[in-house]
Amino acid sequence: MSVIEVKVPLMTQQKRKFGFETRMLHAGHIPDPVTGARAAPIYQTTSYVFEDTDKAAQLFELKQYGNIYTRINNPTTAIFEERVASLENATGAVATASGMAAQFATMMTLLEPGDEIVSSSHLYGGTKTQFTHTFKKLGVTAHFVDPTDLEAWDKAWTPKVKAFYGETIGNPQGSILDIEAVAAIAHRRGVPLIVDSTFATPYLCRPMDWGADIVVHSATKFIGGHGSSIAGVVVDSGKFDFSTYPTIAAPDPAYHDLRFYETFGHYGFLMKTRAVTLRDTGAALSPFNAFLLIQGLETLSVRMDRHVQNALAVAKFLKAHPKVAWVAYAGLEDSPYHALAQKYTPRGPGAVFTFSLKSSNARLAGKQFIESLHVFSHLANIGDVRSLVIHPASTTHQQLSEEELIEAGIDAGMIRLSIGLETTEDLLWDLDQALQQTSA
Amino acid sequence: MGSGSSLAADVSMNTILSPEDQVKYMDPGVIRTVLATTKTVAIVGLSPKPERPSYFVGSYLQSEGYRVIPVNPRATEIFGEKAYPDLLSIPFPVDMVDVFRQPEECVEIAKQAVQIGAKTLWLQLRVVNLEAAQIATDGGLKVIMDRCVKIEHGRYSGSLHWVGMNTEIISARRGQRYF
Repeated sequence: MSVIEVKVPLMTQQKRKFGFETRMLHAGHIPDPVTGARAAPIYQTTSYVFEDTDKAAQLFELKQYGNIYTRINNPTTAIFEERVASLENATGAVATASGMAAQFATMMTLLEPGDEIVSSSHLYGGTKTQFTHTFKKLGVTAHFVDPTDLEAWDKAWTPKVKAFYGETIGNPQGSILDIEAVAAIAHRRGVPLIVDSTFATPYLCRPMDWGADIVVHSATKFIGGHGSSIAGVVVDSGKFDFSTYPTIAAPDPAYHDLRFYETFGHYGFLMKTRAVTLRDTGAALSPFNAFLLIQGLETLSVRMDRHVQNALAVAKFLKAHPKVAWVAYAGLEDSPYHALAQKYTPRGPGAVFTFSLKSSNARLAGKQFIESLHVFSHLANIGDVRSLVIHPASTTHQQLSEEELIEAGIDAGMIRLSIGLETTEDLLWDLDQALQQTSA
Repeated sequence: MGSGSSLAADVSMNTILSPEDQVKYMDPGVIRTVLATTKTVAIVGLSPKPERPSYFVGSYLQSEGYRVIPVNPRATEIFGEKAYPDLLSIPFPVDMVDVFRQPEECVEIAKQAVQIGAKTLWLQLRVVNLEAAQIATDGGLKVIMDRCVKIEHGRYSGSLHWVGMNTEIISARRGQRYF
């Protein structure tokens, strides 16, 4: 006994739950044992030399955890994945090449032809298109509901429904999903609630703390933060019982009849997503992009505090402006979503919101307004450090029919802003001078 | 094996144990000590079928350098090691007894683990039996419960991190195997 104690000195354990900011900087990254490099190294490699043939075989059979091929995993990407998982209070994560790839990988892992999903209609237009048209080609039907109508979620459920889906902060209405209530309905029906939390980031809202089972992000946005990289991530709480989901629980012929849920338990869904869906669909994140996202995560809390501070100032300014018809920001006290925002995003409901111009010709006014701005960048993205502006009816949501536009809560004169980190007064000045050049 | 330095963390996810039982039965210091000092592991309920979870764990431990002894009355040999019908039939000492059986079978297994002088009783994820744990504790064994030995080995050796899992380990020291 004493011999053993000499070989293994003291293993003290100081039990401590570290705070969000500490995990933002440290989770998932222990300094390199050989070089001691403090910043996350970029492992720009496609593949990894195996120790020997036995270890290689074990890796391919998933009997060992390890790096095989960067389409499946990568050490730089793993830092990003573990860090996001830690920040979401989740069991793990799988990074993808984009946010669209993240939600697609999630659904590809869960669903089979003939399955259905119930989704909020307050969605990013690209998501709506993916669910409606691309999923149709795969034999999957999406039922869309008004997310604020809780009964609608339950009514839309059928025995073929395998997932509920919604956005923490709906794009572009700024509605706040009642995560706790919708998760309760989903769980009563035996299906997981999947939440796209792109607009909130794990700093402003952690959907799993309210019962969501899977969270997806477009990491392109506030997580990366600098408008430099396209990326996505799938995050799993590890709490949902997938034992009745054949896609995860049944023997997988591609892995010698391995049952992912039985074998990997709380990370069965993620292992299946990584080892099968990511392997077969190929939308892997580049290690260099993973590095840039890690840089973004390191300042997430500081940036988000400033984003929401600027967003509230801009929303209040526009609200009081004579040329503005309405402002839809849940941070404003008269927003119908203000109470839900206080509950789910107490630090502020993000920095993306819409407003509409007061004009007899909304389409023309929208064009004049956007072309008069000097500081706001006119482009199709959100969540940059810089302030952004777009006219959804002619861009992000232009694939939608007039009927779908109304259903998605979009009017022709609506402008979407993503508020950045510029000097607050400069943003207000820019909006004011552009509004003055807008015809009534 | 690492230098076994101290480690501050709160490894508390994915368990059905109460907070008090988590302190007793999933202490990271105890787990790391067990992983570092164990050489022979008897796996009760080890399946000879390569797709079963117990086989995943057994073959993993074997490839990581542990000697794995199958305990399964319906098997004769699994990955090159002779299988025994129960713990009492193993004719040499084992350090750890790892259990893949239903919780109600664990009291008897715990009694046998004490009888053969094992140093650790490890009950896998969701194999929870507080009476069995108490029997083993009273018999002088370290007890780990509602954890997977493969996951814990991967957590502290660093490999679990490669598959994007939340290891819950935070450290600004140079990387090392944490056991």
